[in-house]
Amino acid sequence: MTLLTVERIKLLSTRSPWWCMILSTALTVGLTVIFAATVKGSDVADFDVGTTQFAYNFGLVVMMVMSTLAVTTEYRFGTIRSTFLAVPTRTPALVAKGVVVAGLAGLVGEITAIGSWGLAKVIQPDAPLSLSTANEYRNVFGVGLVYLLASVFAMAIGLIVRQSAGAIVIELVYLFLLENLLPAIPRIGDHIQHWLPFTTGDNFIVANQPHHSDGPPVIDGMPFGPWGSLLYFAAVCIGLFVIGCVLAKKRDA
Amino acid sequence: MIEAQGLTKRYGRTVAVNDLSFTVQPGRVTGFLGPNGAGKSTTMRMILGLDNPSAGTVRINGKRYSELDRPLLQVGALLDAKWVHPNRSARSHLRWIAASNRIPVKRVDEVLEAVGLTSVAGKRAGGFSLGMSQRLGIATALLGDPGVLLFDEPVNGLDPEGILWIRQFMHRLADEGRTVFVSSHLLSEMALTAQDLIVIGRGRLIAQTSTREFIDTASESVVRVRGPEMERLHGVLTSQGLTVRDAPEGDDGPAALVVPNASTEQIGELVGKVGLVLHELATKRGSLEQAFIQLTGQDVEYQAGVPGVPGGGPVAPPQATGGIFTPPANATAPGGDGR
Repeated sequence: MTLLTVERIKLLSTRSPWWCMILSTALTVGLTVIFAATVKGSDVADFDVGTTQFAYNFGLVVMMVMSTLAVTTEYRFGTIRSTFLAVPTRTPALVAKGVVVAGLAGLVGEITAIGSWGLAKVIQPDAPLSLSTANEYRNVFGVGLVYLLASVFAMAIGLIVRQSAGAIVIELVYLFLLENLLPAIPRIGDHIQHWLPFTTGDNFIVANQPHHSDGPPVIDGMPFGPWGSLLYFAAVCIGLFVIGCVLAKKRDA
Repeated sequence: MIEAQGLTKRYGRTVAVNDLSFTVQPGRVTGFLGPNGAGKSTTMRMILGLDNPSAGTVRINGKRYSELDRPLLQVGALLDAKWVHPNRSARSHLRWIAASNRIPVKRVDEVLEAVGLTSVAGKRAGGFSLGMSQRLGIATALLGDPGVLLFDEPVNGLDPEGILWIRQFMHRLADEGRTVFVSSHLLSEMALTAQDLIVIGRGRLIAQTSTREFIDTASESVVRVRGPEMERLHGVLTSQGLTVRDAPEGDDGPAALVVPNASTEQIGELVGKVGLVLHELATKRGSLEQAFIQLTGQDVEYQAGVPGVPGGGPVAPPQATGGIFTPPANATAPGGDGR
């Protein structure tokens, strides 16, 4: 409990996390609002719950940057050493950071998701935006969980790389290039795609939706259903975080 | 109390700290002296569990740092004053560190007061001057009111006022019965700050002694003698049981002989008896810096116990000419029958 307080003070006593959270929410909700306001009258019937979440990857990336920085700035400014002096076993402090930062990212995810959906509903009251099926609930409320796990992933990379620019570049290259290009490999590409963590994470949100052109694509033939996909994504993110913690404990600080 | 036993740190093939054993006593300021790169910071980081030793152990009050529960209540450290997030205020910085060891928040204001930073507590630490950062670092070390304190080069870059303040502060901490371990590469500074000295060079222990003893030996007076017939002069002096060293041509003048533990009267009379001509006969006191450089510059031959070596002061011990691969002349002396 005390370590959670420590990490909360650390995270919220500098300004950049606040900016990241504001930016994350504003980007995602703002884009959805513009989208909702510009939907053509003839398309209103297709403007469903899933579509209101099309922009969630924008906020997600910003939250990943915040999560990475929460780790790497500690290395940059040496405060990780002060942390390890206070908690020489190291792991509890890192886990506390994981909980606080990922929890906050999850919260921001929920806010952006609910905000996006709620404002869309206000702007387009005639669109089919009421929540009734499990799919629709997952479309909205599931977004926070993906934010939370992506934040764990980002912190893990931060712990492994220990350097802001390097960690963020790795994450962005992975997220926007590798996960999109690997499936283009002939024959095996499709199989690889089914096991890419972020694609699987997206599948948790978009599974069982009709194919659409907005937001993360719906991919057929995924090995897991929505909750299985989430578990797989969680296993990858938490697994990496464990590797990060083991390295942090073993290495000289 | 800090006890190091055979502490060793290797980085690849480089040995940063080599089989270092020493004890730091409570109630005194102990200086940790060595040139830049001697392994002082690495040793301090190993004491604090930040770096893992390649071999050996170091214990604080009988325990390894990682075994301490709420370590900040027992050990306070200032290794680098810049270990602060520049956009965080001094108070927030201390607040999170205090929270980590369940130290009451009111202690934050107390230590800020103690180091004189109360008026800037809400300001971002990135805007602090070096002196203020150093004070914040000391405030951090004092948070848990620990009995053991480590400071790594605390006076580096400070103005005279700041240096004086830190020096007095450390004396006060030691007078309160705490263990104060402070590193420096400046012997002159340590001479004023520390009561005990642990001297290392290239990761090896050179001496553990009281500062007074170290300085007395280091600044031991020697007699410098020079004449046209140096070889005869040498012979006359050694025949009287005096230790004689060759001083090559240098800043002090042309090549001469140097005789420790002697007086000019004694040598003048000796030489006069045999009718030798002298061109120079003078007493010289070694400077602290010179002694320090000689001690730490070449390290292998100069192992522990320098002040105790009879006749051979640290100014230039007799084995000084041995190559780095030559085993120390005294290596076989104490326990030589073991082979």
